[in-house]
Amino acid sequence: MSVLLLVEHVQGELDKLSLQALTFARGYAAGDGLEVMVTGPGAPDTAGALGAHGVGTVHVAEHDALGAYAPLAWARALAELVERLAPAAVVAAGSDRATEVLAHAAVLTGGALAANCVRAAPGDPAEVTRLRWGGSLLEEARLHGPVKLMTVAPHAVAAAAAEAAEPVVAVEPFTPALQEMDLVVQVSERVDMSTGGLSLAEAPVVVSGGRGVGSAEGFAPLEELAGLLGGVVGCSRAVTSAGWRPHTDQVGQTGTKIAPELYITCGISGATQHMAGCKGAKKLLAINADPEASIMASADYAVVGDLTEIVPAISAELRRVREG
Amino acid sequence: MNVLVCVKRVPLTGGKIVLEPDARRIETRHLGFTVSPHEECGVEEAVRIVERHGGASTVITLGPAEAEEQLREALAIGIDRGILLVSDRDDWDAETTAGVLVEAIEAEQAAGNDPDLIVFGNESADAGNYQVGIRVAHALGRPCVTGLKGLAVEEDGRLRCEQEVGSGRDVYLVPLPAVVTIKEGLNLPRYPSVPAKLRARRKPVDRREPAPPAPRLELVRLTVPADGGRAAEVLGEGPAAAAAVVDLLRRIGVA
Amino acid sequence: MSRLPSTARVVVIGAGIVGNSLACHLARQGWTDIVQLDKGPLPNPGGSTGHASNFIYPVDHSREMTALTLDSVRQYKELDVFTECGGIEVARTEERMEELRRRMASAKAWGVEPVSLVTPAEVKTLVPFIDEQVIVGGFSSPGVGVVDSLRAGTLMREEAQGSGALTVAANTEVLGIDTERGRVRLVRTTAGDVEAETVVICCGVWSPLLARMAGATIPLTPAIHQMIDIGPVPRFADAMGAIEYPIVRDMDTNMYERQDGRGLEIGSYAHRPILHAPEEIPSVEEAALSPTEFPFTEDDFALQMEHALELMPEIVGDESVGIKYAINGLLSLTPDGLPLLGETPEVRGLWSAAAVWIKEGPGVAKAVAEWMTHGEPEIDMQASDIARFYPCQKTVAHVRARAAEGFNKTYGIVHPAEQWGSGRDLRLPPFHAREQALGAVFFEAAGWERPHWYASNEALLEEYGDRAGGRTAEWDARWWSPIINAEHLAMRDRAAMFDLTAFCIFDVTGPGALELVQRVAMRQMDVPIGRVVYTPVLTARGGFRSDLTIMRIDDETFRVVTGGAHGMADLKWFADHEPPDGSAQVHDRTSAWCTLGLWGPRARDILASLTSDDVSHEGFPFARCRTIEIGPVRALAVRISYVGDLGWELHVPIEEGAKLWDVLWEAGQPHGVIPAGIGVYATTGRIEKGYRAFGFELDGEYDVMEAGMAWGKVKDEDFVGRDAHVRQREQAPAAILCTLTVDDHTSAAGVPRYMLGREPIVSRDGEPLVDAKGRRSFVTSAGAGPSVGKHILMAYLPPERAVAGEKLAVEYMAERYPVTVAVAGSTPIFDPENTRIRS
Repeated sequence: MSVLLLVEHVQGELDKLSLQALTFARGYAAGDGLEVMVTGPGAPDTAGALGAHGVGTVHVAEHDALGAYAPLAWARALAELVERLAPAAVVAAGSDRATEVLAHAAVLTGGALAANCVRAAPGDPAEVTRLRWGGSLLEEARLHGPVKLMTVAPHAVAAAAAEAAEPVVAVEPFTPALQEMDLVVQVSERVDMSTGGLSLAEAPVVVSGGRGVGSAEGFAPLEELAGLLGGVVGCSRAVTSAGWRPHTDQVGQTGTKIAPELYITCGISGATQHMAGCKGAKKLLAINADPEASIMASADYAVVGDLTEIVPAISAELRRVREG
Repeated sequence: MNVLVCVKRVPLTGGKIVLEPDARRIETRHLGFTVSPHEECGVEEAVRIVERHGGASTVITLGPAEAEEQLREALAIGIDRGILLVSDRDDWDAETTAGVLVEAIEAEQAAGNDPDLIVFGNESADAGNYQVGIRVAHALGRPCVTGLKGLAVEEDGRLRCEQEVGSGRDVYLVPLPAVVTIKEGLNLPRYPSVPAKLRARRKPVDRREPAPPAPRLELVRLTVPADGGRAAEVLGEGPAAAAAVVDLLRRIGVA
Repeated sequence: MSRLPSTARVVVIGAGIVGNSLACHLARQGWTDIVQLDKGPLPNPGGSTGHASNFIYPVDHSREMTALTLDSVRQYKELDVFTECGGIEVARTEERMEELRRRMASAKAWGVEPVSLVTPAEVKTLVPFIDEQVIVGGFSSPGVGVVDSLRAGTLMREEAQGSGALTVAANTEVLGIDTERGRVRLVRTTAGDVEAETVVICCGVWSPLLARMAGATIPLTPAIHQMIDIGPVPRFADAMGAIEYPIVRDMDTNMYERQDGRGLEIGSYAHRPILHAPEEIPSVEEAALSPTEFPFTEDDFALQMEHALELMPEIVGDESVGIKYAINGLLSLTPDGLPLLGETPEVRGLWSAAAVWIKEGPGVAKAVAEWMTHGEPEIDMQASDIARFYPCQKTVAHVRARAAEGFNKTYGIVHPAEQWGSGRDLRLPPFHAREQALGAVFFEAAGWERPHWYASNEALLEEYGDRAGGRTAEWDARWWSPIINAEHLAMRDRAAMFDLTAFCIFDVTGPGALELVQRVAMRQMDVPIGRVVYTPVLTARGGFRSDLTIMRIDDETFRVVTGGAHGMADLKWFADHEPPDGSAQVHDRTSAWCTLGLWGPRARDILASLTSDDVSHEGFPFARCRTIEIGPVRALAVRISYVGDLGWELHVPIEEGAKLWDVLWEAGQPHGVIPAGIGVYATTGRIEKGYRAFGFELDGEYDVMEAGMAWGKVKDEDFVGRDAHVRQREQAPAAILCTLTVDDHTSAAGVPRYMLGREPIVSRDGEPLVDAKGRRSFVTSAGAGPSVGKHILMAYLPPERAVAGEKLAVEYMAERYPVTVAVAGSTPIFDPENTRIRS
C-alpha cells in the first residue's frame, strides 16, 4: 500500500520540511509507492524534484477557489485522495499549515492523527514515536484506525534523495469537490510585516539572552554581537514575559523554532521549554555563569562567567581581528 | 459575546524531566502546575473580548480534580465561571478530549449558554497534538482558524484573524460563531491582582465526570531522550575566552 | 573553579550566607587550607539565602540573638550591603500593644536604640499606604534594614579566596563523611576525596542529611513559609532603590509587607505548618525555580490575602497590581527556635552552623570561627549550643512536632513561662503517678515532666492567707499560682519533698579522674571522700560555662550533678577533657538515678525517723554525702540546699524511687510534710537566698567576681579560666550582682504588677544603667520572696550603683516602678547567717 503525502512548495520549489517528510515516508513505505498531493501556483513543477525523492504519482489539486490558502478545502481534496487510494498512511511535514490540514483531513476521513513523529513503523496499529514538550520528552504510541495520519517533526529526519529515482513521475491533476463551508476560512489578505532585516527563523546566527541579561537595556551588547555576525537577537520566555522584548524575538516551544548555523545563548539556563525551540541549531555556544546549568548538556561549546563581561569582550576581539 | 476558553493543566518543568516508574507520566512531586503559554494568551484574550464587547466568559478543562487550580487562575484573570471535567486518567488523546469537550459544550447550549467564540491554545504544552480545537469545530459545524497572533471582533460582527507566515501575516475574516486556536504573542497576559484572586475563590465551578476514553492514539510509554552524551567544550572562563570564541566563529564560518 | 585538594585543614560545606561568612572569618582567624564545597552553582547555590526576605529586625527577647544580630548588621554595613529603611511592628489588638511594650523593654535592656512606640497616625506618616484605622499602634525601630546577603556572602568568600586561604568548589556534592574512632577523617565528594579533621556543616535545610553521613544528628526540619510579590505598584514607580519605606510586620496576623523595588513583597508565617523532609528537596536541575522555592499553595494564603488587603488597601486592592511571584519558600526550624551551633556531641571535629537566619548569619559565623579557633566565642552562645539536646529531643518526630507548634508563634506573643503542648510526657520520673494523684501541675524541662506546684496544696492558701499573695494582672498571673508561695512558706515552717530527677548526673572515673575535675572546676577538688563541692565551671575568659555540684564518691570516682537544662552541654565539656590514654572517663548516669529533695526545719526529724544512720548536724555536716539506709532503700544522701533550708538531696536507683517517695511521705505526715514544686525550688526558695542560676545570673558574659562567687583563695592547680580569673580578682569588677526589691507595684492604672524577668533596670529618671564594659543592667531573675514579703529582682549593676539602699527603677510594660538595692553581692536577704541550712 502506498503512502500519501501532502507536500508544500513555493512556486514549484519544494519546502525543506516536506523533503524531510518524504524521506520519512519512504522509510515507512518500505518499498511501496509514494504518492503526493500538491496544490497552488507552480504545483506541477514539483514533479522532477519529487521523482528524485521516490514519488511515483503527483496529484495536483486544481480549483478556482484554491487560489488562496483554505485549510478545510485542502483537507477536502486530500480526503478525496484518501478515499480513492486507501493509502497505508497519510504523511506531511510538521509545519503549521500541513499540520492544520492533516488535522482537518483526519476528521474528514475518520482517521487518527499523530503529530510530530520522529519514527514510525507500519502495522495495524502502526507504532509511532512522537514528540512531547516540544521534544524534551518522547511518546511511544500505537496509532489505530482505518486511516493513519502523521506529521513529521521538523529536523527529526535528514532529507535524502531516493536511491533509485522514479524515471517517470505521473502527474495527475484533479478537481476536488469543494463545499461552501470549505471556503469560509480562507486567507483574504497578506500583510507584509517585514522590517527588511533577517527573520529569527531564517538567520544563520542567533544570539539569545535570558533572565541573566537583567533588563531590556542589557541586550545592547547582544545586539552588537549579532550585528557583527550577520545574525539577529533572540530571547527566552522569561524575557518576553518580563516585557523586555517582543514575543517575535522569543525562541522556544511557544516562540520561534530556529535552526541557525550557530546559536549563542547568554544567561539562559536551558529549561526544556527553551531547548524545544533550538533543537535545529547546528552548533550551540552557551555563555553562562554556572558550569552545570542544564544548557551545558546540550551545548557544543561553553564559556563560563559573567555574560555582561564576556559578550562585549567577544565583540571587541572580533573588531580587533577584522581591523588587523 | 459569550466566550468559552479551554485550558489544560500541565506541570511547570525545570531543566530535567523525571518520569514516574510506570513511564506514563512525569513525576511531579516537586513541580508546580500551569497551562500552556498559548492558553494563557487565550484566557487573556477572552477576558479582553468580554471587557470590550460585553457578555460573559467560561473556562473549561479536562483534568484531575487538582486542575481546579488552573480554572481558578483563569477566574482570577477575569473569566466568570469554570467547568471542570474530572478525570485522573493518563490516556486521553486529542480525539477523545475533543469528544468530551463537545459533550460539555452541547450541554451548555442546551442550558442556553451557546458560546459565540471558543478559544483553544494552538497545541498543549505537553502532548502537543494540534487537533483538539479543529475537531471540536468540526463537531459543532463551525469554522476554525488556527495559530492566531491577531484577533479582533469587527464592527460587522465578523472575526478578523491574523496568522504569522514568514515575514508577514495572513488575514482571515470569518463569521461567528467560530473556533480559534491561539499562539503565544497574541497579547501580554496580565497578572491577577489580590482582589481578583479573592473574587475568583467565590466564582462558580461546575464539575462533571466524563466516561473514560478509548483512544486511537494509544500511549505505550514515555521516554526521556538521551542528551547525546555531549560534553560541551569549554573555551574558557570570563572575558579572557574571547579569543578562543572568535577562533571558533571563524572556523564555523560565521565570522 | 579550582581543583579539589586531597587534604584540608577544614572543610566548610555550604555556600549560603553562613558558609561564606564562616570561610571568611576562619581565614581572618588565621586558618589556611580551607576548602568550601556546595553542590549547587555560585553565586546562588539555591538554598534559603537565595530567596529569603533579607530584612533585619534586631530587637529580640533573647539577649544572645540580639547580640548576634547587631554584630551581623555591623558586618553588613562594613561590606556596604546594608540599606537602612526602618521597621514598624503594628498591633491590631490591645494585647499586642502590651507585647510591643515588652519588646520596647527588651530593646532597652539589650541596648537597641533608638526605638519608640508610635500611634496609628504616626505609623501613617511613616507608611502612607497603610490603613491606620486597622491598627491601634506600633513599635518603630528605625535601625531596621535590608541586606544584599548574596553579595555579602560573595564578598566574604572572595576575601578569603583572595588571601589564598580558601579553595572553593561549587557544583561538588558531598557523598559521605567518614569517621575514625569518633573523629572526622575524610569527606568524599563527586570531585574526589578530601582528608580533614574538621568539617563544618552550613547546609541549611540539607544539614540533617550531611550530619547523618557522619553518624551525627542535626535536629532541624525544613519548613515552608509563604511569600508573594505584587506589582508594579504605582506609588513605587519612581523607586530609585530597593526600599524606601519602612518594613511593616503585621504581628497579629503573622505577616510582613515590604517594598521590593517597584513591587511589594508579602510574607506569611500564619499558614498551617508545612514541614518537608530534607530527603524531599529536589536537585537544582529538577527544580523549576530553585531547590528551596516550592510551588505555591494558594489555599494556604487565602486568609493572608484578606489581611494584607485590610492593612494596605491602597496597594493590595489596586486591580492593576498583579501577583508576579508566589512561592512556598523553604527555611529551617528547630525544636526551640534557636540555631544549632558548635561541635556535634557525637563526632569530634564535626561542627554545625545550621538553622541560622540571614539576620544573624555573619555574626554567628564570626562567633563559630572564634569558637573553633579559641575554644569559645566572644558572644556567649550557650543557648544555641547543638550539644544541648537530649536524645529524645533529637528525634524527627519531636523536632517536627515542636517546629510545627513553634511556627505559628514566629510573631507570636509568647509568655516567658509558656509551656509547650506537643512533645510532652517524654521523660517521667518514678514518682510521676504520686505527683499526678496530688494534682501536680506539670511544666516541662529538658524533656522531663516536673511538678511546678501541686493543686493538692490549695488548702495552704487559707492557712497563709495574704502572705501567699496574688497577682491581679492576667499576664503576671499566667503560668503561675499563689500556691507556689504557700508551698514555700509551708516548707520554711515544716518540710517539703521535691522531685529533682531532671538533674543530669554523670561520673568521672579512673586514675585520672581527679586531674580531669581539677582542670574543669574552679574550686579545689582534691577533697576527702564524701565531700560535696559546689563550683563554677569557667570559660577560658573567666565567664561562666556552668555551675554544678561535684562529690567525691571514692578515690577515683567523682559524681557530677548539674541542672537538666544545661546538662548535656556540661557532659560534653567534661567528656572533651578526657585524656587520650583513657585514664579518666565520663559516664552518663542520668537514667540510673532519681532524686528527691527534702528540706525544711523538720527535714532531719523526718529522716531520722527512717534511718539509724547519724543524721545530726555533727554526724552529717553540711556539704557532705554518704550512703544511708532510709527504710528499705539505700540512698546517697547529699547535704546541700538550693532552697536555703535544712535538708538533703536523696539519690536512689530509679527503680526504687517510688518506694523512697512513699516512705518519706508516710514518715513526713506527722511532721506536716508537703510536696513542693519547681516554682519553689527554682525561684522563690533560691531568690530569697540570692542563689545564682545558670542561664539567668551566670553565663559567659559575666565573671566570678562580678557574680560575687569568689569564696576563698584561688587553688594553685591549673584550671580552665584560671589566668583570666586571677586577673579579674586583681581588678575592680565592672559590675556587681545585686538583689533588689520592688518598692511599689502599682501601675498607672492602679493595678499591682509583678515583673517576670529580663526587664531593664534604670535610674529613677528612666536612664539605662551601663557598666564599663558597655553592658546594660537588666533583671536576671524575678520572683516572690514570700518569707521576706517582697518581690525580688536580681541584676548586675555598675559599681557606683551597687550600694544597699540605692534607689533605682525597673521598666515593665513601658512603665517605671521604683526599686531599691537590698544587697550588693551575694549575701542573702533571708537568713543571711545561713542558720537554717547549717542547723
